[in-house]
Amino acid sequence: MALSTDESRRMADRLRTDSADLVATWVAKAGAPLTGRLSEGELRRQITELYGVLVAALDEGMTDLSAAPGGELRAVLADLSRGRARQGFSATETAVSVFTLKDALSGRADLADPAELRDFLSFNRFIDELGLFTFSSYSAAREELIADQAEQLLELSTPVVKLWEGVVAVPLVGTLDSARAQVVMERLLQALVDTGSPYAIIDITGVPAVDTQVAQHILKTVVAARLMGAECLISGIRPQIAQTIVALGIEFGDIATKATLADALRHVLRRSAARTGGRAEPVA
Amino acid sequence: MDRVPVLKLGDVLLVSIQVDLADKTTVQLEEDLSERIVATGARGVIIDISALDIVDSFVGRMLATIAAISRVLDAETVVVGMRPAVAITLVELGLSLHGIQTALNVERALEVLSRARDDDWIPPLDTEDDTAPAAP
Repeated sequence: MALSTDESRRMADRLRTDSADLVATWVAKAGAPLTGRLSEGELRRQITELYGVLVAALDEGMTDLSAAPGGELRAVLADLSRGRARQGFSATETAVSVFTLKDALSGRADLADPAELRDFLSFNRFIDELGLFTFSSYSAAREELIADQAEQLLELSTPVVKLWEGVVAVPLVGTLDSARAQVVMERLLQALVDTGSPYAIIDITGVPAVDTQVAQHILKTVVAARLMGAECLISGIRPQIAQTIVALGIEFGDIATKATLADALRHVLRRSAARTGGRAEPVA
Repeated sequence: MDRVPVLKLGDVLLVSIQVDLADKTTVQLEEDLSERIVATGARGVIIDISALDIVDSFVGRMLATIAAISRVLDAETVVVGMRPAVAITLVELGLSLHGIQTALNVERALEVLSRARDDDWIPPLDTEDDTAPAAP
């Protein structure tokens, strides 16, 4: 518990005396480390809002940030941190907006008076708690942002393109982990159903490294496509990757592999021509 | 009791499985199908599983059995319409449906069957076939 009920009431009174001056000092001190990247008006609005809910919460006798009266204060702090995280401020630059309240207060407290010093110290502890909360909200917001971006990247990075009548291709770019491999597999199989294509080409030109796990993912996709009745080729195997594949002892079995996408397409076109051509031969 | 209908389409039998199969239904289907193959002299069997959400080892074995029965009676079996999710599950389970041919849809399956037979099944080739011996 950071504050007693009495302390929080006394602190509310202290914050209320000469409030305009206090807020102005706070804004000035909080604005310094942001080096003009946040407009003064915006910062003043945030600080004033924070000041308002802080005084209101202290008035209600809040002893702890996690206690019930602190609900609104938590919401405002979380909002502030999320906003800063999205605007690209660092965690320090965010937390400093809260911590500068100490500076603003220390200038007006008479620290020679033991009672006042005690109050000031406990209020200091309380502000630390606010700062920590800001920190954790900030990092939560950042993690959320990263997760969102990872998901968007996943969406972006796995297009299935139609190359020819009855031929679809997936140009894989970037490292292939389990999550991506799953998305690629689902997309490809769905594309096979949607387009009714009997041929699929997986192009791995953009895959920087092929290890046993990546190979396993690709093989699974090929087998799944076969189960659905489509033939799957692998193309874009670079020399180094061919060497790695052999060195690791990865077996692609009877799956056709080609050096370039063009080779794979030629192979497929020849195969589909052979289908109709093969039928015509016994007739002629 | 549920019964899976067996439809005749030229010299191909079409079986569309719409419900989750119970043991009895499966046995009944195997019986019906073998009788129909003999009765109609069908050369191909197409099994449509596009309505199945789940293909487990039981369904896999049923498909393998039907394929084996048909093969004995000189008919090719092609499984069509497997859903992507089903294919992924089968791969993850390590079931690869050995000895069963697959195709994306009924149309492709008909192509596969006609190619496998390598005879005058497709009408446009019929006419060519007829005119060729008539020429001399």
